[in-house]
Amino acid sequence: MSASLLEARAVAKHFGGVTALRDVSLSIRHGEIYGLIGPNGAGKTTFFNCLTGLYVPDGGGFTFAGAPLLADAPHQAAERGIARTFQNIRLFANMTALENVMVGRHVRTRVGVLGAMLQTAATKAEEAAIRQRAIDLLHYVRIEDRADDLAKNLSYGDQRRLEIARALATEPKLLCLDEPAAGMNATETEELRDLIEGIRRDGTTILLIEHDVKLVMGLCDRVAVLDYGVLVIEDVPSVVQKDQRVIEAYLGA
Amino acid sequence: MMKWLSPRSALGITLITVALLALPFVAAMGGQAWVRILNFAILYVFLALGLNIVVGFAGLLDLGYIAFYAVGAYTWALLASPHFGVHLPIWVILPIGAALACLAGVVLGSPTLKLRGDYLAIVTLGFGEIVRIFLNNLNAPFNVTNGPQGITLIDPVKFGDFSFSGTTQIFGVALSGPQKYYYLLVALAILIIIINLRLQHSRIGRAWQAIREDEIAAKAVGINTRDLKLLAFAMGASFGGIAGGIFSAMQGFVSPESFSLIESIMILAMVVLGGMGHIPGVILGAVLLSVLPEVLRYAVGPVQTAIFGKVLIDPESLRMLIFGLALVLVMRFKPAGLWPSPERKRELTEPAR
Repeated sequence: MSASLLEARAVAKHFGGVTALRDVSLSIRHGEIYGLIGPNGAGKTTFFNCLTGLYVPDGGGFTFAGAPLLADAPHQAAERGIARTFQNIRLFANMTALENVMVGRHVRTRVGVLGAMLQTAATKAEEAAIRQRAIDLLHYVRIEDRADDLAKNLSYGDQRRLEIARALATEPKLLCLDEPAAGMNATETEELRDLIEGIRRDGTTILLIEHDVKLVMGLCDRVAVLDYGVLVIEDVPSVVQKDQRVIEAYLGA
Repeated sequence: MMKWLSPRSALGITLITVALLALPFVAAMGGQAWVRILNFAILYVFLALGLNIVVGFAGLLDLGYIAFYAVGAYTWALLASPHFGVHLPIWVILPIGAALACLAGVVLGSPTLKLRGDYLAIVTLGFGEIVRIFLNNLNAPFNVTNGPQGITLIDPVKFGDFSFSGTTQIFGVALSGPQKYYYLLVALAILIIIINLRLQHSRIGRAWQAIREDEIAAKAVGINTRDLKLLAFAMGASFGGIAGGIFSAMQGFVSPESFSLIESIMILAMVVLGGMGHIPGVILGAVLLSVLPEVLRYAVGPVQTAIFGKVLIDPESLRMLIFGLALVLVMRFKPAGLWPSPERKRELTEPAR
């Protein structure tokens, strides 16, 4: 299967007179770690928000796993298999870590109001499965000992991990991480890198926005560079690193 | 579920059951008026738990909740009174009332749920008033609601030949109408408490809580926030509709003035004062706020006479004054409510890290 998992075609987005994305086209292949980098304000997060349905693009669109993605339908993006984390962590602060991950199972479970009211055998079985899966995921990101703590009381690094666990709970085909290493120290970044590689090994394709160029270059199979909303280059890290336009974009020449 | 069987719980349940069974007889010693006050307290528990789904679980501020109560009440009134000459049985009317209230909830919800916080509150407030004004004016060109005069001679709740109005002898015990309604209301209240508890600890309840916490994150994990908010609205409205039907039958009379804005605010106050989203707290809030004003009504006059020898301040005004002061004090010293859920308490007292 060499076909791409995600295909972005000429995605454009303006905010008033500001062009955040100018006809960005890129493709992400199955099973790769794809890095999206660029200076502050280059439009990386805007691209993410368009992809996950939080923004409606002004032009272009996405094809995901062979079918077009509907604009303006974040919950459908998750249902199709796109999960994300946020640059400024967005957890359900007053729910426990376990509950946060359990909420992530929502889209893959079915029990409705009637089932909940009647507490049928199927309801109980599903609830038990949700809980078990959530516990497993907390183990996976290694914060199982914080399961019953409120999300807001977790350390910064653990909150990042929890957000990833919650995203994984939706069983994504594509996991989009928005600056997961922001604010992390060297050790934490190293652990994060192991986690991301593990997730990829387990079969999930990863789209990574990151500022830490060292992390991106070491981790990603391919990298795209955005500058002022324009896709500068899309290639393997070794080529991107040497590209004159990229160097200029970063050094502000 | 196993913990239900522990001796301590069993004892607790037995004591509560005995207390609930004996309460209408104790209240009757002070006159049937007290049994009616008790009934209204339970009716308010019912309403507050219905509103708690919308406000407490899903975090949507609804200031027009009484409209759904009105829909249920008028459904019963129109389908079981001489007004149209229709007299349908309870198992027909109550579901119709609940369904119509649910429909009203969806009609209100679908265009407005994109609004947040204060804006949603204003729209729902307007909706509540629209319903009341409709009821007030729907006596022309066709007389549907009989306008401000309201509808009288509404049928009581009846199961076959067993009517809930008038006194009956059961096993040699004389039960008055209000006392019979009391037992019916307690049964219904227990049902809605169970439904609330089960919903809260389900996939749906978690999704509601997630929406309340962070709507964007909820969307990002695949929660269809619009549908779930509508669901909360519809469910809350249905419970309001059922409560309205019982109210109508119990009173035998409905008029638009029972469904004013202040009623919506009172029910909201019960939810907030008791402890939003926490079922025992909401029940406490509803009982306190419905019984306390009545107690004050009876106490304020005699107390003044005893102290000053005459009534200085009109009991009605003083009652509301004390009531208002109590609300302010509770919100000042217990901002999470009188009996908040442990999580909510932490939420409001512990600073976020």
